[in-house]
Amino acid sequence: MSNLDTFRKQTGDWLEANCPARMRTPSKRSEGVYGGRNAVFPNEDAKIWMERMVEKRWTAPEWAPEYGGAGLSPEEAKILVQEMDRLQCRKPITGHGFWMLGPALLEYGTEAQKLEHLPKIARGEIRWCQGYSEPGSGSDLASLRCKAEDKGDHFIVNGQKSWTSDGDKADWIFCLVRTNSDGKKQEGITFVLFDMESPGVSTRAVPLITGDAHFCDTFLDNVKVPKENIVGEIHKGWSVAKALLVHERKMMSELERNMPKGKYSVVEYAQHYLALDENGKVKDSSMRNRITEFLMENKTVGLAQKRAFEEGMAGVLDMRVTSIFKYVGTENKKVKDELIIDMMGVAGAGWDNEQFSDDEYYRAYEWMSGKALTIAGGSSEVQLNLVSKRSLGLPEQ
Amino acid sequence: MPLVLNEEQRMLRDTARDFIQKDVPVELMRQLRDDGSSTGYAASVWKKMVEMGWTAVAIPEAYDGLGFGYMGVGAILEEAGKTLANSPFFSTVVLGASAINSGGSQQQKESLLPLIAAGELTIALAHEESNHHDPANIQLAAKVDGDQLILNGKKVFVAEGGNADKLLVSVRTSGVADEQNGISLVLIDRSTSGITVTPTTMIDSRNYANIEFNNVSVKQSEIIGVVDSGFAILDKTLDYGRICLAAEMLGGSQSMLDKTLGYLKEREQFGQKIGSFQALQHRAAIMFAELELTRSAVVAALSAIDEDSDDLAIMASLAKTRANETYRLITDEAVQMHGGIGLTDEMDIGFYLKRCRVCIHSLGDSGFHKDRYASLNNF
Repeated sequence: MSNLDTFRKQTGDWLEANCPARMRTPSKRSEGVYGGRNAVFPNEDAKIWMERMVEKRWTAPEWAPEYGGAGLSPEEAKILVQEMDRLQCRKPITGHGFWMLGPALLEYGTEAQKLEHLPKIARGEIRWCQGYSEPGSGSDLASLRCKAEDKGDHFIVNGQKSWTSDGDKADWIFCLVRTNSDGKKQEGITFVLFDMESPGVSTRAVPLITGDAHFCDTFLDNVKVPKENIVGEIHKGWSVAKALLVHERKMMSELERNMPKGKYSVVEYAQHYLALDENGKVKDSSMRNRITEFLMENKTVGLAQKRAFEEGMAGVLDMRVTSIFKYVGTENKKVKDELIIDMMGVAGAGWDNEQFSDDEYYRAYEWMSGKALTIAGGSSEVQLNLVSKRSLGLPEQ
Repeated sequence: MPLVLNEEQRMLRDTARDFIQKDVPVELMRQLRDDGSSTGYAASVWKKMVEMGWTAVAIPEAYDGLGFGYMGVGAILEEAGKTLANSPFFSTVVLGASAINSGGSQQQKESLLPLIAAGELTIALAHEESNHHDPANIQLAAKVDGDQLILNGKKVFVAEGGNADKLLVSVRTSGVADEQNGISLVLIDRSTSGITVTPTTMIDSRNYANIEFNNVSVKQSEIIGVVDSGFAILDKTLDYGRICLAAEMLGGSQSMLDKTLGYLKEREQFGQKIGSFQALQHRAAIMFAELELTRSAVVAALSAIDEDSDDLAIMASLAKTRANETYRLITDEAVQMHGGIGLTDEMDIGFYLKRCRVCIHSLGDSGFHKDRYASLNNF
């Protein structure tokens, strides 16, 4: 047995022994675990599961041990994911610290910053939020105006941030601020970290079409930020911001795989909700065609991600190819959500838990919230700009 | 199911690329067309392909082959697709040899596969009987007469039908059209008495023929596989063909995308490069995304052949559908983005546009494969 086979066996055995039965059922959307100072758990098993995984250092498996991880190789980390999928183990904890700030700190942070922040993320002690967009700066993120005045050993920050996910629940924020207004807009941005409990920070939740209000407007009124909390160099935060966006987009492109699964597979939804002929074929030929086109696209996107992983391992990955993943992954997810509620018919537009099943309610919710995927993290249009300019070398206008 | 080429396959691809770019450029295709070539390929090019061992690539080592597998075959066909390089490679190696290898008797394999590997035997698959790919719709009658079969009927759209030494013919030995049972595969010399080959000219300037069988007599020992039960071998052979044709189409798509990107970076209108216009940039980005997705599907499908995967049929229908739609998109956009000049014979783009459409209708269009994909997935 190769080392990886041994690792797979041991991993599977450990998960079977340690993952509580209730954590091996599909997660409902209200049951996510994000940790933090005011951590909330849907039940006792969720807490036990997170604590066991923290102890095993498998919440951030690829991070080095001194940063709270287990130092797994990419192949081992992939096996861990596969085994968790196979055994239907829920993610013990997730959040912006794991898939956005952590990787950016590993690349750009000082040793002191890594030692300070990464273990707290890995252990679920500090929950992070993202201060990027502003009321006037969405797709044109680099035009941001949130102002940081240089006061020697610290900045005084004033301004407003939009779409701060769970800004009212997070402990710390990674935030883009303007430290220089002269010259190119990308060259006066600084990437800073600060505590959301700092004096002058306030948030206001913004209700969305789903009825949720997990996005906030965040107001910064004379907030003091020590200079040791700069990630990367002063005025050069745009590079850090972009690197972090790459991680954000990668996560979003894989969302389809990582999301809690619905009650049925797409084919099962078809079999459950649509009229079938005597051979089990969907009678509505245009619907059958849509289902097929979605399944083909979905399968192909998965194969492209698998291919990129294997090419990366073999050292022959063409980075231009990875630039398409955010675009194709999120567009594909939107097609799926639209397809499923259409297959459900009127039930897909139901909005109460009494007359409609939990799953019908969930799919309607999923369809609405899915609309954000092709906007957040750089809209599809911004992604196509990036592909055409960076990957294809087409000229600037 | 590996999705990257191994060292051996990469070397094969690089050799193929060098040879095809240098010795089989798209100008050669133009020359053949202008000369009214009846075969549609240059004999000298085929000879070199044989010398380089391409005919042996997918044949097992036991039968004088190299056993590189279909990832290697796909790599060659992708390179060929880039310059529209034509030869008997696809019909002989992919369709002919694989049918014999998967369905033939030990004696047939021993006598035929080494000949193919040595480039001494070419084969064409004579299968279609209508304008649409329809594998079980076989009416060509084969009646048993002692140790002989007597064939009557006709085949259409036989690629390499006017060139190949032997024809691999799907025939009906029992039952009626559309039944999978009762179909048999038989190998027969093209020069056999009673066979009439009528060449047809297609838009891609390659060799196709309609073939009539009039009381053609062939020994039962020439049946590949078991009488009446040829459909499984046929369908597997068609899947190999669908996947490898998709590899050729991938190469053509890549070539047209590259050419179009080059033009977007060079052509100026309104005082600037047209590639700076967002209306074109986004469409170029979508073409690139489609191409890379299709590449992933094709590579996975080639790998499914080599792994003898249970998903072969699903992967074949996925790869062919994606290749159909990507090649169509990119050739159409190549014409549109080049503007009027894209429609001139001089620009080569038309060659790809025309080849693309013939490929789409070879071995199943997207409608056929989407229906098949849905049925294979039980809905």
